[in-house]
Amino acid sequence: MTPAIRIAGVTKRFRSLQALAGVDLEVAQGEFFGLLGPNGAGKTTLISSLSGLARPDSGTLEVMGHDVVRDYRAARMALGVVPQELVFDPFFSVREMLVLQSGYFGIKKNDAWIDEILHHLDLTTKANANMRMLSGGMKRRALVAQALVHRPPVIVLDEPTAGVDVELRQGLWTFIRKLNQDGHTIVLTTHYLEEAETLCGRIAMLKAGRIVALDTTANLLQRFASHLLQVKLAAPVALPPLLAAKLLREADGGLEFGFEHFDDVADILAGVRAAGGSIVDMALGKPDMEQVFVGIMNQN
Amino acid sequence: MEGFKTLLYKECLRFWKVGFQTVLSPVLTAVLYLLIFGHVLEDHVQPFPGVSYTAFLVPGLVMMTVLQNAFANSSSSLIQSKITGNIVFVLLPPISYREFYAAYVIAAVLRGAMCGVGVLLAALPFASFDIAQPGWIVAFALIGGAFLASLGVIAGIWADKFDQLAAFQNFLIMPLTMLSGVFYSIHSLPAFWQGVSHFNPFFFMIDGFRYGFFGVSDVSPWTSIGVVLTCFIVLAVVTLQMLARGYKLRA
Repeated sequence: MTPAIRIAGVTKRFRSLQALAGVDLEVAQGEFFGLLGPNGAGKTTLISSLSGLARPDSGTLEVMGHDVVRDYRAARMALGVVPQELVFDPFFSVREMLVLQSGYFGIKKNDAWIDEILHHLDLTTKANANMRMLSGGMKRRALVAQALVHRPPVIVLDEPTAGVDVELRQGLWTFIRKLNQDGHTIVLTTHYLEEAETLCGRIAMLKAGRIVALDTTANLLQRFASHLLQVKLAAPVALPPLLAAKLLREADGGLEFGFEHFDDVADILAGVRAAGGSIVDMALGKPDMEQVFVGIMNQN
Repeated sequence: MEGFKTLLYKECLRFWKVGFQTVLSPVLTAVLYLLIFGHVLEDHVQPFPGVSYTAFLVPGLVMMTVLQNAFANSSSSLIQSKITGNIVFVLLPPISYREFYAAYVIAAVLRGAMCGVGVLLAALPFASFDIAQPGWIVAFALIGGAFLASLGVIAGIWADKFDQLAAFQNFLIMPLTMLSGVFYSIHSLPAFWQGVSHFNPFFFMIDGFRYGFFGVSDVSPWTSIGVVLTCFIVLAVVTLQMLARGYKLRA
């Protein structure tokens, strides 16, 4: 099956900044895919290149098999982008804006779908309000609505929940999940790593314009350890090399060890005690995406 | 094609929603020029035989309004969209750069034409004039408007802030318009300045447009239309090249 997105050897330089340094990536149709990275990693440049807002220096990008430069009309018809910035046209109401956006994509009569989008995004009562009158969260949802007017098979959401309160965020994700279940491919960038962990089946991590990790969410979560043991000591101790190798993090007087089997717990605790450590508190846990993200970023 | 039509509709709707600012204000400004200059100079200046100064002034003011508003429409729409960021809404859809250009230029010409018709209608009670050759009037208004609309697209794309656009408008468009013979016939100028005027494309637009009213002009309307058409084609090619390359729009 044609991939929803195919990116091959894409580079992009802004003066002295190498924003993208040879990115290769494929996203299959129907995936819920996460694109993570610190600020300036190249996420937005990659999305801009995919959507035609930026032109890469080299490489090719395809959406549903359509080259974004040579076959830009078909590529853009297949793509819906929710931009990161909270942008809007102050001249128009929400409905006017959605009708215009439909027209830009060649759709004349789109009222039924517009009503459905407004309903799912809880914007029905604001349909005739000017965009200036909406709260930040509503503007964000209106941006999502704009990206969906032409029913694109591939939807890219660049930080879609920034500034959206918890309740509305849940509603937004319920709707996006439904779109994904209906067959839409979703590509998400977010700084809320727990969102990526919960929603995405696969995740790519970008740093300095390169993909430094690309795997399923489950595999990424187990990249450093299957389980975590957090130990708080009365006073710092010097760990023997064998135990230090299992140490993932050290902060605020606490040590965080990674391990694969629960039998290892007794060995770690015994090692700490043998090193002279006095344990005042301990907890078992699972690695989360934030820990994995920090670990991968530090490795690269 | 639907994308182009929608963008054109949106551009028209945009200026129509603020019609007091975009249509009525320029009409009022032009009428004030007409009243003040007409009152002061009516008895002192007769630019063409048998044509009163106020009647002479009307076509110049109409064309000046057409040109300035065509420029203002495309340039202000683009810079506002760029600065607020909503330009992405027209860059993400499958609209070609030619459709983009055509929509912005046609909308700007329409606004210019509406303002021009407004000035003409508002001037009727103050001056009597015939329309000798309406074909020339339409031709110069459309091509001149398209020329300024293209210049507006260039300025709107080039400028990164309103200050730069204001400089473009105040230091280029305004002097070229005011020194183009709106308020005088260039035959009233010293020879040197008559020669200089021939390097100002706005002069040919005003002079040719005025020919449509009186059947009299400083230079042949064929020369004027040739100059104006050439300038428009050159500017259109430059603008289309900028858009094709994505200059300042597609990073």
